[in-house]
Amino acid sequence: MASTNPNSISSTARVMDKSINNGVYQRRLLTHRIGITLSFLAMTIGIFFLLWILLTLFMKGFNAFNIGMLTESTPPPGATGGGLLNAIVGSLLMVGVATLICTPIGILAGIYLAEYGDENWFAQLTRFVTDVMLSAPSIVIGLFVYAIFVANMNHFSGWAGSIAISLIAIPVIVRTTDNMLQLVPGSLREAAFALGAPRWKVAILVRLRAVKAGVITGVLLAVARISGETAPLLFTALNNQFFNADMNKPMANLPVVIYQFAMSPYENWRALAWGGALLVTLSVLGLNILSRTLFSQKIQG
Amino acid sequence: MNSSPTMTPDSINELNVEEVAKSAATKAHSDSTPPAMRSHKLGDFIFHKVTFVFALSVLLVLLGIIASLLKGAWPALHEFGPKFISTVEWDPVNDQYGALIAIFGTLTTSLIALVIAFPVSFGIALFLTEICPAWLKRPLGTAVELLAGVPSIIYGMWGLFIFAPFFADHVQPLLAGSLGNVPGIGKLFQGPMIGIGILAAGIILAIMIIPFIASVMRDVFEVVPSILKESAYGLGCTKWEVVRKIVLPYTKIGVVGGVMLGLGRALGETMAITFVIGNANRISWSLFSAGNSIASTLANEFGEADTPLHVSSLFALGLILFVITLIVLSAAKLMLLGLQKNEGKK
Repeated sequence: MASTNPNSISSTARVMDKSINNGVYQRRLLTHRIGITLSFLAMTIGIFFLLWILLTLFMKGFNAFNIGMLTESTPPPGATGGGLLNAIVGSLLMVGVATLICTPIGILAGIYLAEYGDENWFAQLTRFVTDVMLSAPSIVIGLFVYAIFVANMNHFSGWAGSIAISLIAIPVIVRTTDNMLQLVPGSLREAAFALGAPRWKVAILVRLRAVKAGVITGVLLAVARISGETAPLLFTALNNQFFNADMNKPMANLPVVIYQFAMSPYENWRALAWGGALLVTLSVLGLNILSRTLFSQKIQG
Repeated sequence: MNSSPTMTPDSINELNVEEVAKSAATKAHSDSTPPAMRSHKLGDFIFHKVTFVFALSVLLVLLGIIASLLKGAWPALHEFGPKFISTVEWDPVNDQYGALIAIFGTLTTSLIALVIAFPVSFGIALFLTEICPAWLKRPLGTAVELLAGVPSIIYGMWGLFIFAPFFADHVQPLLAGSLGNVPGIGKLFQGPMIGIGILAAGIILAIMIIPFIASVMRDVFEVVPSILKESAYGLGCTKWEVVRKIVLPYTKIGVVGGVMLGLGRALGETMAITFVIGNANRISWSLFSAGNSIASTLANEFGEADTPLHVSSLFALGLILFVITLIVLSAAKLMLLGLQKNEGKK
């Protein structure tokens, strides 16, 4: 009796389970499986395109890669050989100048938002505008710089290009600086205030220093973002077929050269475009990875 | 009694000292703060004003952009009036301009991109937050974020040289053979199979914004308190049900905000589209046909615009684009802000 009783109970339970719940349960399990499979599929699609794009880029880019690419200037139409020296130098110069412009502006504006941001509507508005400007169409920024700078100077120039891309970088730096500063524990600031430190000293020597790595990350991300920007340079720096290190003249730069050469009918121009594209992508990804390692180290330490 | 004369000078002295101290204290008060404190105040004042000026400059740039675009666009807006938006014709030869082709191109490509990108990036975000094993989470998440950082010109080049030929040879015949025969939407999938065109531009755009939307959505999904999810699991919910009934309702606004951020990106994107849209100033029912978007028109024609009216019309296009993206991005931002506010309440 004692041994059969539990058995019969469990078997009736199983029967009930089957008759009442199994259909519903199976259906729930099926939806679950379909959902999970679709999600897995989406991830696969994403990875597939990532690999496809990167593989093509690396294959085509390395085929075009040779030492001449780094030592010669862009070839005239129809000529063979040639390289990207003028474009590389132009890009480095413009990104360098833009970094010098946008870093102090971005960091100081970010400090303002973090220090006084919770107190007034102006800072809230600025924060909102910065967020919106982060994704504003870059070609419109190019139009803006054309209208205020190029049209007044009557010529395209490296300066105009630098200004245009620094306008794109500033919101990135403002936002990361602001976010990073918010992470600093209030007790740290209060301790500094209790020692009698003035607000500006607390803000710069305590708060900013505590998140130095994070702010540098923001700057690096901004530099990565602007090194690949093409649209704002189209009508500001224009392009230059010859080597030029004078910021006051139209300046060759990698993105615009890639654009023009890729659209051209010449084989060697297209090859150079792929080489340039590889160069730009490698530097952008390199900067991204560098900033990431920098910040993760800080978090652990 | 004897001691009193000797005491008096002492007490007078004490009184004097007290008085001197008191008057010194009041003097110090009337001079307000000691020099060190005063320099603190000055330093703080300067600090506040300097950082304020830089923050103000960010705001001024936005106003400057709007003002300069308005100024540049004024001749065209004055010449064509509100009809500018609804006019199809874009004819530099006869100096007649209308924005409809470009607006149509921008909106359709972005819409196609969104229709493709939304489910895929939702799946990716879901995979990254709920399904993915812990050791894969970081590398995959980083890969998605890196993909979001790849310059758009790379997507454009890849689209033109690799994707467009593949699309023309394999995908377009398939689409024309299947969807092309469906009454109603069939018209969308017929026409020349040359690879480049509105549909190809939309797809490239989708590939470009997928990592962007996915990383925003992942961040939003991670906001959901684990206690809510765990209670659902405890009640016997499947993973899908937890996502469907807990995560999604909780993050609804954030998800929409993320999608709209992606839409903002898609609307303003220049290079990825200019390569593959075909740059033809016409409008047609077929998604296979070449078209033009606002950004690609600007990129192609601004350098070569001769007449003042042409330049001004291009400025007007830029203004329209800027206003559309501003509205979309502001709405997205407001939604994401709303989500953050609710975080504390729930």
